[in-house]
Amino acid sequence: MSQRYQAPFLPGGASEIDEKVAARLLSVALDRGGDHADLFFEYAVSGSYAYDEGILKSAGRAVTLGLGVRVVVGDATGYAYVQDLTPEAMERAARIAGQIAKQGGGGAEVKLHRPPVTSRYDVGTLSLDVPGPDKKALLERADKAARAMDSRIIRVDASLSEELRELLIVTSDGKFIRDRQPMLRFGVRTLAQDGDERQSGSSGGGGRSGLEYFESRGPEWHAEEAVRQALVMLDAREAPAGEMEVVLAPGDSGILLHEAVGHGLEADFNRKGTSNYTDQIGERVASELCTVVDDATLPNSRGSINVDDEGNEPHSATLIENGILRGYMQDRHSASHFESAPTGNGRRESFQCPPMPRMTNTLMMAGQDAPEDIIKSVRKGVYARKFGGGQVDITNGDFVFSLTEGYLIEDGKITAPLKGVNLIGNGPDVMRKVVMLGHDMEVSDGIWTCGKDGQSVPVGVGCPTTKISAVTVGGTQVGGGS
Amino acid sequence: MSERLDRLTELASQVVDKARAAGADTAEAVAGDSFHLSTRVRMGDTELVEEAGSRSLGVRVMLGQQVAVTYTSDTSAEGVNRLVEDAVDLARLAQADEFAGPPDPSLLSTSDQHIDLDTFDATISTIEAAEALEEARAAEAAALGHDPRLTNSEGAGFSRVEGGRVLVTSGGFVAGSEGTYASLSVRPIAQQEDGKRHTGSDWTARRHRDQMRSPTEVGQEAARRTLQKLGAQKVKTQSAPVIFERDAAASILGLLGGCIMGSSIWRKSSYLAERLETRVASDMVTIIDDPLIPRAPGSRAYDGEGLLARKNVVVEDGVLKTYLLDSYCGRKLDMPSTASASRRSSGGVGPTTSNFILQPGSSSFDAMVKDTKAGLMVTEMMGFGFNGVTGDFSRGAAGFWIENGEIAFPVSEVTISLNLNELLQRIDCVCDDLDLRSSVVSPSFRVSEMTIAGT
Repeated sequence: MSQRYQAPFLPGGASEIDEKVAARLLSVALDRGGDHADLFFEYAVSGSYAYDEGILKSAGRAVTLGLGVRVVVGDATGYAYVQDLTPEAMERAARIAGQIAKQGGGGAEVKLHRPPVTSRYDVGTLSLDVPGPDKKALLERADKAARAMDSRIIRVDASLSEELRELLIVTSDGKFIRDRQPMLRFGVRTLAQDGDERQSGSSGGGGRSGLEYFESRGPEWHAEEAVRQALVMLDAREAPAGEMEVVLAPGDSGILLHEAVGHGLEADFNRKGTSNYTDQIGERVASELCTVVDDATLPNSRGSINVDDEGNEPHSATLIENGILRGYMQDRHSASHFESAPTGNGRRESFQCPPMPRMTNTLMMAGQDAPEDIIKSVRKGVYARKFGGGQVDITNGDFVFSLTEGYLIEDGKITAPLKGVNLIGNGPDVMRKVVMLGHDMEVSDGIWTCGKDGQSVPVGVGCPTTKISAVTVGGTQVGGGS
Repeated sequence: MSERLDRLTELASQVVDKARAAGADTAEAVAGDSFHLSTRVRMGDTELVEEAGSRSLGVRVMLGQQVAVTYTSDTSAEGVNRLVEDAVDLARLAQADEFAGPPDPSLLSTSDQHIDLDTFDATISTIEAAEALEEARAAEAAALGHDPRLTNSEGAGFSRVEGGRVLVTSGGFVAGSEGTYASLSVRPIAQQEDGKRHTGSDWTARRHRDQMRSPTEVGQEAARRTLQKLGAQKVKTQSAPVIFERDAAASILGLLGGCIMGSSIWRKSSYLAERLETRVASDMVTIIDDPLIPRAPGSRAYDGEGLLARKNVVVEDGVLKTYLLDSYCGRKLDMPSTASASRRSSGGVGPTTSNFILQPGSSSFDAMVKDTKAGLMVTEMMGFGFNGVTGDFSRGAAGFWIENGEIAFPVSEVTISLNLNELLQRIDCVCDDLDLRSSVVSPSFRVSEMTIAGT
């Protein structure tokens, strides 16, 4: 990070935290007893640039700094955080977190070591280090490209945001570990008007990457995609209502997986017995075509992490293998409950939040079918190309997700575009109805953010072309179903 | 002003002075602090006790009409200096926006005009962890003790927060406010015979503790709401009347709130652009935005730019009377600000609702159900299927099927769809069951016909 922004807790900083200081804080936290304690130091700098009506209309920056202290006793968590890294303030936070422990017992001396960390997001050109005019130029390119494409485009907004988080995680089981997490987001929104009809389109992408991201997908690419979507939607017709065959396009459709099965496989829900996947390890929970992994190790992906927010190293975890449930996504707490190893899925939004099991990049692996054969096999159905967000009730797996770009499939051909519509179903039910799977697995570079208990974390999704034999489509045209 | 607000005022004034000295023509600083306690229990055991305080400082600066916004949680001298330097640097990068600028100084309110909205309750800020845990435990116990089919729980939580906030602008505005808010919620789980689980919840939240409902009442209502879902099924795809119970109704109202915001109107990204003085809802619908209700969650005596807060009638007997505007949106649309600016703690400004309320009607909820021959009662919605540009609406829904004025069976896994413009015009009954527990509230209402997609 540039000289201007130095995490104060790192070497050379104004409140440098070394092993000695950290060990002392952990012993204060565990003074009354407790099974585990950790410290989460975070320094985050973000920038944002908003291009609107042909000018860089506003620019912004935010700097946040703090320490979160957690003490775990059985299933109970004590948590406190501070923004001041003075010794007194940090000790006070450690004491407050430690109050959860009642028995006493005294903190044993913690011996800290620095485990090696594999880097999954080396950055070429860190956006924060690049002068403002260069970023303005990228936005200007998107704006120009979008306006040049079609005279029906009446508005273009483009935005770029950049972030760098410096983390120091110290745990009472001895880890003293650092990470540096970059994030880049680029987005274009367009508005098209034809007569009285207005429709919007959008495209966004990014990841844990520097400005070299634009070598693979330039500002023009996103501009063209946002324009294409808005223009297609101008011709959209009312969607059918009722149960029908649905084909998911590769990439973005991974959000279905995220909602339909991902959340239910987060181990905290299974520890509490509140997920519909509780006690089903080893059982068939999806059609045998389905293999689902959560993989934090994809290079530069939005959901990737070198180390989770509890200091554990993540790896690619197989959740479902050929339809059989193999495992959950664990944090430290649930792993100790299930007597298994943490999978590196303990994540938190910031130092102000205790960690919990969260997804990273959740992917459905490729099948054998040719994408065109999948579409040909549908007599009447919906082709789902782009998605907004989704939501799931983890106790029973009922989910909803909204389609922002979909098409009718008639007699094996993709035909008319459909107005925005919801798909609704039940996770386990839909996973059993996966009847064809393409060989075209794609990881989305879209800007996905997952919310759980009020905490937002960046995630990645991906899947191949997928055919589901029956999903309820929430259009307005009754009788449109087969 | 309290000692806390004095301290925050000093911090914000410092930022304004430094920004002016660094070359900013306009500087508006917001300083805030908050202290919170969050507790959660599950199956009677303590799950979480979290306690912390935080501070924040945000500033918007303008060099002429070039705008930048910066934020920091680091209120040390060094942190404040960097905040200001970054803001001025970034404003130099931004391009002049002919509509940017502070509000007309003659419109700024003064603190003697600010009425006391009774938003602070000291009995909330002194609640200790042990007491909070007891409240949560009592609510969960009341829920689980209500019926043996309630076998599990996602837990119960009690939280309290208190905060102070001041706004200081180079136009001469200085004011601050303090508030408290406490909430209690519980979510039990019931299992039906085939093993499918259902969860339901109830909650209470207020700025004043003596207005909160009791843990027992909240727990029992959560239990009832969960048990009612057992045996939920899909219904056939059809068109039928749809009743929105008040929380679901409030969520519909919230969608409208986004579409009457000046920022969506000048961008033409709302289906209500160019619709002032036209019919946007049935004549049973009157919607106000009223920041001046004592003790209400969204109350404020002045807006985020320092204008005196006022009640706005947004929809009157179905006719759209005004958009909600800050001074920027006002200039864009050539209209005066409606004093609806919100100052985010990040320093940014934009119009928002305050207490956004669909005015109650005269029907009781029971009478409305009795009067419904066959239709869907929606108690919960899922997903995000709304396009504000077109008004297209499609969301997942759960609730009950009504047959001959009686609840027949629970329903889940269906979607309801209709363009919002049409939906609001088809409201044919508005109930009297308004509860001011959040800042966007509606009584229950009925829509004469919508598409329900099921099997």
